[in-house]
Amino acid sequence: MTIDWLHFTPAISALGGALIGLAAGILVLLTGRIAGISGIAGGLLQRKTGEIGWRVAFLAGLLAAPAMYRIVMPLPETRVDTGWLVLVLAGLLVGVGTRYGAGCTSGHGICGLSRLSPRSLAAVLSFMAAGFLTVFVTRHLLGG
Amino acid sequence: MVLLVSFLAGPIFGIGLIVAGMANPAKVLGFLDLAGNWDPSLALVMAGGIAMGLALFTLAKRRARSLLGLPMRLPAGTRLDRRLILGSLLFGTGWGLAGICPGPALVLVGAGNAKGWAFAAAMLAGMALFELLERRRS
Repeated sequence: MTIDWLHFTPAISALGGALIGLAAGILVLLTGRIAGISGIAGGLLQRKTGEIGWRVAFLAGLLAAPAMYRIVMPLPETRVDTGWLVLVLAGLLVGVGTRYGAGCTSGHGICGLSRLSPRSLAAVLSFMAAGFLTVFVTRHLLGG
Repeated sequence: MVLLVSFLAGPIFGIGLIVAGMANPAKVLGFLDLAGNWDPSLALVMAGGIAMGLALFTLAKRRARSLLGLPMRLPAGTRLDRRLILGSLLFGTGWGLAGICPGPALVLVGAGNAKGWAFAAAMLAGMALFELLERRRS
């Protein structure tokens, strides 16, 4: 392992993380809801009455985030190197997996760990391990 | 009021993702590539998020109702079951293939990124598939 000092952005990444934590904290303190993106989006598909409005409002705000960011400064560069076919497979896995696992990087990673939930810790360790392993296989064993 | 708060929390969350670098799949994969040229940045995203979250969730946990008077919907389960672990492993595999998790997927959609749209469409299809299987089971 070598550290990629060129791309390492400790301060700005910690600041971004704090904003994510702030948003999750605002949502839970004011509305009692968990800011887990997979749960909010997946929950829409259940069409439960009284559970639609706040989900749509939050997701609309999330979708509008890049536009709001652009008002102040141009969006940072984003690169998606993954090919279309693998991308669709990845999307399916993320969709099914987060619903079975009842959470993703936000619901388990930020909210769950902040609540000191053992279930979330187990989930985070599982998806992190799978993520590390997958990149090891695709980049170093298959040489993709 | 609930709708307004939810709508305002969305962009704070999304801008946090953009600032943190989470909305750039190449950077996320740089973090997941332990054996390569490793970019530890996302560990600091987690640290920053949890530091802030720990303070605010500790306050939230002490309350029976939210500041707007709604019931606190904090997950109560403690069981580590197969669904939790297998689901998380599937999610992590998809995350490792593309470097995109659900929040950043929606930010990429909002930014008009074509590959973000493809990923998000597949992700929603996966979530719909889950609902379908769940309904059949019950």
